[in-house]
Amino acid sequence: MDDNMKESNASTAFAVKVDDLTVAYNYKPVLWDIDLEIPEGVLMAIVGPNGAGKSTLIKAILGILKPIAGSVSIYGKPYKKQRSLVAYVPQKGSVDWDFPTIALDVVMMGTYGSLGWIKRPGAKEKKAALEALEKVGMLPFKNRQISQLSGGQQQRIFLARALVQDASIYFMDEPFQGVDATTEIAIINILKELRKEGKTVVVVHHDLQTVPEYFDWVTFLNVKKIATGPVKDIFNDDNLTKTYGINYKVSVQK
Amino acid sequence: MNLQEYFSLVFSDYTLRTITLGTAILGAVTGMLGSFAVLRKQSLLGDAISHAALPGIALAFLITGAKDSNTLLLGALVSGLIGTFWIRGIISKTHLKSDTALGLILSLFFGFGMLLLTFIQKQPNANQAGLDKYLFGQAATLVESDVWLMAIVTGICVVVMLLFWKEFKLLLFDADYTKTLGFNTKFIDILITTFIVLAIVLGLQTVGVVLMSAMLLAPAAAARQWTNSLSKMVLLAAIFGAFSGVFGTAISASQNNLSTGPVIVIVASVFVVFSFIFSPSRGLLFRQIRFINNRRDLELQKTLSFMYRIAETHDDISHPHAIKILNNFQGFTKKTLQKLVNKNYVTIDGTMWSLTEEGFETAANLYNQNFKADV
Repeated sequence: MDDNMKESNASTAFAVKVDDLTVAYNYKPVLWDIDLEIPEGVLMAIVGPNGAGKSTLIKAILGILKPIAGSVSIYGKPYKKQRSLVAYVPQKGSVDWDFPTIALDVVMMGTYGSLGWIKRPGAKEKKAALEALEKVGMLPFKNRQISQLSGGQQQRIFLARALVQDASIYFMDEPFQGVDATTEIAIINILKELRKEGKTVVVVHHDLQTVPEYFDWVTFLNVKKIATGPVKDIFNDDNLTKTYGINYKVSVQK
Repeated sequence: MNLQEYFSLVFSDYTLRTITLGTAILGAVTGMLGSFAVLRKQSLLGDAISHAALPGIALAFLITGAKDSNTLLLGALVSGLIGTFWIRGIISKTHLKSDTALGLILSLFFGFGMLLLTFIQKQPNANQAGLDKYLFGQAATLVESDVWLMAIVTGICVVVMLLFWKEFKLLLFDADYTKTLGFNTKFIDILITTFIVLAIVLGLQTVGVVLMSAMLLAPAAAARQWTNSLSKMVLLAAIFGAFSGVFGTAISASQNNLSTGPVIVIVASVFVVFSFIFSPSRGLLFRQIRFINNRRDLELQKTLSFMYRIAETHDDISHPHAIKILNNFQGFTKKTLQKLVNKNYVTIDGTMWSLTEEGFETAANLYNQNFKADV
């Protein structure tokens, strides 16, 4: 009894705690025995080469993929009970943007989770969606058919949909992929705003150069977890070389 | 009977009324559900399901010996569902892609069904004739109870769709995200698929195994051209489907010996062709017109900016120049020049042109405006 209490107290300090997570698509493991603790209120990047399992890690944490082994807890309780605290921004390319709907409708989808089955969104949900659109600077496009939006605008719509969920933890799968500089800055400003509000943000990220500028926490991943911690302590040559298998310093400072 | 006679008889003649009502309801429900199939990129699923239903019909006849359509359709439903779940099993448990799985199940079940049909035909049972009507359908065999069954299933389907509208839409657009919001995606998925199977099975008697998938796809594909809203698309598809049913029945009834199922499918295809050409936003015709207009505008702008660059070098912007020098630039024709005159950008005096104040202003801001229009 006592031990249990202690254990749950210890784990509540972390927003996300992953234990022994292993995922395999066929025979080859994509993620191998991942232990990961993400403290509350950090803006964390997950970096690693292609095929390192970055997206898979997020999807396994969110229950989209079924892991072979391992468990995930959010604020000390199983993920399934804490779903309402977690929001997800999938890769932009994961949906068909020719779907017959408008931007506002997509953002409204963020309210569906708290509505639950059958109940329809009403005025309150619409107001929340409009506010989120405003935050990402997409209010003028609210009635635009989604296929008529540019890549950067589509990414902002996805971000707005997650903001509507008003979650404590945000998982984002490559939000900077294929967006222009203006959108990238707009997005990172929103993420920093979220951190200021005490929310935890986890981002799959590809551009190593911007890691120290954008993030305060980083996880190196390549099938196994290489390292995790504050950017200023662990974002160094040693870990980069371990993750990417090349002497990264040489290629960065070229 | 000609078309006019048909429409005057449709309300009074029992058989005509039954068949027309049946095909209209069938068209509406398949059009509605077909929208979901098309948006999930499962267009071929309908084809596989309808073919997979054939052995069920044959087996139901062999087991019960009855030719009552409800019994046979129950058999079709069971074997259609089995086919569907095998397809899903193959996709999730093997490396095969969905088109391969669909093709495999389609031909396997259809082959088995044909084998059973020939076996039944060789039997000395006098009752055996007529099962092959399920291949291409025979709307004339519809009776009132069949239409009632269709209406009830359609009613249930509409109620369920309205109840779970939000969930259906979410799953259609972004299945992974639906999962993270805590919805049971498997349940929604099975709900949609079951209704698609039901609609297909209901249509087998009228349209038949072979052509049934067109009933599912054609109204939905046509409807997609006219709207960018899911609810309007589903509604339009239902309307297109219903009209295909009514017109198809009318044409086949007024032209003797034309089989109803194929005629309905052809009418539905006419809707598709018409929509693909004439839809204002997505249609081929208007796209071509827009393309030509854009090109003309661009040529006009190019000519104007060419003039601007010449005029720029002079103190007086309206200094006249020979039209001849415009020949260096290929986009120029007499017509485009006249257009510029009409817009008050240019004045022409004999063989000389000169830029007006307004034309100079417009040309100077041409690229800035483009930039503004872009944002």
